[in-house]
Amino acid sequence: MSVPLLSLQGLTKAYPGVVANDSVSFDIGEGEVHALLGENGAGKSTLVKMIYGLVKPDSGQMLLRGTPYAPPEPRAARGDGIAMVFQHFSLFDALNVAENIALGMENPPAMKDLAARIREVSESYGLPLDPYRTVGDLSAGERQRVEIIRCLLQDPKLLIMDEPTSVLTPQEVEILFQTLQKLRSEGTSILYISHKLEEIRTLCDHATILRLGKNVGECTPAETSAREMAELMVGSTLHTPERAGRELGDVALDISGLSVPAPSAFGTALKNMHLSVRKGEVLGIGGVAGNGQDELLNVLSGETLTEADAVKLNGAPIGQLGPVERRRLGVLAAPEERLGHAAAPDMSLIENAMLTGAVRQGLETNGFLNWGAAKGFAENIIEAFDVRTPGPENAARSLSGGNLQKFVIGREVLQDPDVLVVNQPTWGVDAAAAADIRQSLLDLADKGAAVICISQDLDELMEISDNFAALNEGRLSAPRPAAGLTVDEIGLMLGGAHGMEVAHD
Amino acid sequence: MIRLEKRPQPSRAWSLATPLVAVLATMLFGGVLFAVLGKDPVEAIRTIFWEPLFGEFSFYYRPQLLIKGAPLVLIAIGLSLGFKAGIWNIGAEGQYIMGAIVGAAVGLAFYPYEAWYIFPLMVIGGALGGWAWAMIPAVLKVRFGTNEILVSLMLVYVAEQLLASASLRFLKNPEGFGFPGSRNLQSYESAFNADLIEGSGMHWGVVAALIAVIFAYILLNRHMLGFHIRLTGEAPRAARFAGVNPSRLILLCLGMSGALAGLAGLFEVSGPAGQISIDFNVGYGFTAIIVAFLGRLHPVGILLAGGLMALTYIGGDIAQSNLGLPSAAIQVFQGMLLFFLLALDLLTNYRVTLRTSEVA
Repeated sequence: MSVPLLSLQGLTKAYPGVVANDSVSFDIGEGEVHALLGENGAGKSTLVKMIYGLVKPDSGQMLLRGTPYAPPEPRAARGDGIAMVFQHFSLFDALNVAENIALGMENPPAMKDLAARIREVSESYGLPLDPYRTVGDLSAGERQRVEIIRCLLQDPKLLIMDEPTSVLTPQEVEILFQTLQKLRSEGTSILYISHKLEEIRTLCDHATILRLGKNVGECTPAETSAREMAELMVGSTLHTPERAGRELGDVALDISGLSVPAPSAFGTALKNMHLSVRKGEVLGIGGVAGNGQDELLNVLSGETLTEADAVKLNGAPIGQLGPVERRRLGVLAAPEERLGHAAAPDMSLIENAMLTGAVRQGLETNGFLNWGAAKGFAENIIEAFDVRTPGPENAARSLSGGNLQKFVIGREVLQDPDVLVVNQPTWGVDAAAAADIRQSLLDLADKGAAVICISQDLDELMEISDNFAALNEGRLSAPRPAAGLTVDEIGLMLGGAHGMEVAHD
Repeated sequence: MIRLEKRPQPSRAWSLATPLVAVLATMLFGGVLFAVLGKDPVEAIRTIFWEPLFGEFSFYYRPQLLIKGAPLVLIAIGLSLGFKAGIWNIGAEGQYIMGAIVGAAVGLAFYPYEAWYIFPLMVIGGALGGWAWAMIPAVLKVRFGTNEILVSLMLVYVAEQLLASASLRFLKNPEGFGFPGSRNLQSYESAFNADLIEGSGMHWGVVAALIAVIFAYILLNRHMLGFHIRLTGEAPRAARFAGVNPSRLILLCLGMSGALAGLAGLFEVSGPAGQISIDFNVGYGFTAIIVAFLGRLHPVGILLAGGLMALTYIGGDIAQSNLGLPSAAIQVFQGMLLFFLLALDLLTNYRVTLRTSEVA
C-alpha cells in the first residue's frame, strides 16, 4: 500500500485535570476525505490543533508522506501544505474580500493581481466570489467561501475543515460538497470534522471516531448507519425525545406586522413579521445565524421594545413591556449567548438564578433580595437538570458550556412559563444533554405552555416542532406543519442558496 | 516565560489579601525611595503610619484623621456605586465644590438669623448642588451618548471658576475688608457644622460617611437596585435581559455620587474649612477615586481605605515637616499604593505560571 499523506501515531496531549488526546493513531490517505467524529469535548479540536501546529503533543509523532512532521507553528504547517478552515471566521467586516485575504498572507501580491487570482481560483472550484465586496455584507456561506479560498490559494495538500456546515443552508451545503469532491478528485486530502452524521455518510471515505480523547473506532461511513456511528460517539444507546400527542389550545403569543430597524450596522432588521403560537405548541424557527435570530429573541424577551400592538399575549398588547413585566405575565426567554447575555460570567449560580428568577420565584420583597430562596432555586435547577458543578456558589464561567446551557434552560423551564422562547437551546451541548433539554421543552408544551424554539439545527427542529417557520434576512416565512417537510422544502424556506451563484455544472 | 492563566473563578483569598500585600509592597518600595533620598526609611515609614495614631502628638492628629477621612469615604462610596456599574464619574471634585457653594449660599442667605432648621436646609442644598452638577454629564450621556468621563472631568474646571467667582463676588464677605472669601460659617452658630463631641473631630460629615457605608452595603448586598448595579458592571447585556433600564441606572448612579460629593463639600465648608474661598478644594474628589479602588469598591473596604489614605496624608505632612521629605515624594508614595493595588488585582482573576510556552 502506498504511504499515507499524514500518519498520526500515538498522539497524546494532556491538560491539567484532563487528557484531551490519549494515544490517538490513524492515517489520512492521499485524496481521501477523512471524517473526524466526536462529541463536544471528545478531543477533536486538540487533535487538529496539533496537526496545524497550534499545540505540541506531549508524546507520539506525525509522519507527513513518511517523514517526521512536527510543525512548531501554523506558518510551518502551511508551508508543508496543510491548511485549515476554522469554525469561527476570522474576517474583518469593514474590509473587502481581497484585503481580508491579503492580511493572512506572508507576502501579499499587488491587490489587482490578488483579486484576479481570487476570481480564478474561486471560479475553478465553483465558489464564485467578488474580491471587492465588503465582508460585512456577505452571508455566512459567502464568508466561509472567503476562508476556503484563502486556504486554496496556498494550494494545500491537506485541508482541515472544522464543522463547516453549521452555518449553511442545505443548498449551500450541496455547493460546498461539490467543491470538496472536486478537490478530492485533484488529489487534495480533506480532514472533515463534524457531528452531522448524514453529511459524513454522503461525503466521507473514511471516519475516525473519538470519545473522551481516545480513538474508539473507525468505519466506512457509506456502509455504517447514522445510528451506529452516533452510538460509537456517545458510547451508549441514545434516548430520543418523545412527544405525547397533544391538543393545541388557544393562541398564546401573537406577533403581527412587526418591523424593527437593525440595532447596529451589522445587525439585522426584522421586516413585517407575523407569527402566532398556541398553548401546547412547539414552533420551530430555523435559519442560518445572523438572519435576525438575536433580534427576534430580544423583541420577545422585552429587551427591544416595539409598538404595543405588535406583540400580544392572550390578545393583550405587551410590546411596550420590559423583561420584568413580561416575566410577571409568564413570557420567559433563554438567549443564545450564555456568557454575558443569559448569564453573568463572574457571578455565582445563586446570583444568576436571581437574574431572571426574582419575580416569579418570589426571591424579592419590595426590592429586598432573599438570597436564601435564590440559593434554594439554584439548587433546584442544578438537581433537576443535572448541572455538573461543585455547588451553587461557583461562578457561571467555571461551568462547561453544556452545563451552563442546562442551567440557563432549566432556570426558565422551572419557572413554569406560559410562553418560553429559546434561541439555540442545545448549541455546544453533548448529545445526551441535548436530548434532555429537548425533552424538557416537550414536557413543558405538554403542560400547556407555548414554546418558540429558534435554532440552526434542523434535525433538532424537526424532532420537537409542531410547526416550522424559517427566518431569512429578517423575514419570517409562513409556518408549516413540521411533519412531512422535506429537506429541500426546508432549504428553500431558508432562502435556498442565499443568492449565491452556483458554478458547478 | 511568565504566563497568566485565567482562574476558573475569582480567588477569594487573593481578593482579601491584595490590599494588604499592596500596602506592604508600598512600604517596601517607598522605603527604598526614601533611602535613595537620603532619609532613614524605617523612620520615614514609622512617621507616616505610626506617628499620627500613637505618637506624642496623636491627641492632635487623631481628630484630623476623621476630618480628612470623612469626605474621602463619603465621596468614594458614591463613586463606587457608579464604578461598579461601569459608569465613570471622574468629576466628584466639581460636585464637591458645587455642594459647598450651594450649601453655603443657603446658609448665608439666612445670615444673621438663627434657627434650628438652617443647617438641615444647608445639607439639602449641598446634596442638591452636587446632584445637579452630576446630572449634566448624566443627561448628556443618556440623551446624546456623550462620554461621562470627559464631561464630568471638564465640569470640575467650570466648578473651580464658579468657586473663584463665589469667593470674589456673589458670596464675598461684605465685612471682609476686601479679602476674597465668604463669611466664616464657624462663627455663625446656625450654620456651623461643629464637632459633636468637642475636640474629637467627629462632625456631621463623619456621621454621614458612616451612614453612607451602611446604606451602600445594604444596597449592594440586599437590594435589587444594588444587584442591578453589579450586574450592569459585570455583563451589560445580561443586565438588560434581567430588566435593567440602562438610562435610569446612569441617572441614578451619577445622581447618587454627585449628591454624596455635594454633601462632603457642604460638611467641609460649614465645618473644618469654615468658608468659601478660592483654594477651598484640595483634591478630595480625585483622591476619593483612589480610595474607592483601594477599598475594592466594597463599602467596608472603602471605609478602611479612607482611613489609610487619611493616615498617609497626615503622616506625610508630619514626615515633610519633621524629616524634610519633599512633598513630591509623599505623592509618589501615595501613587505607589494605587499602582500596586491595581497591579496585584490581576492575581484575583489570574494565576501566574512559570513554564515554557507551548506555541513557539
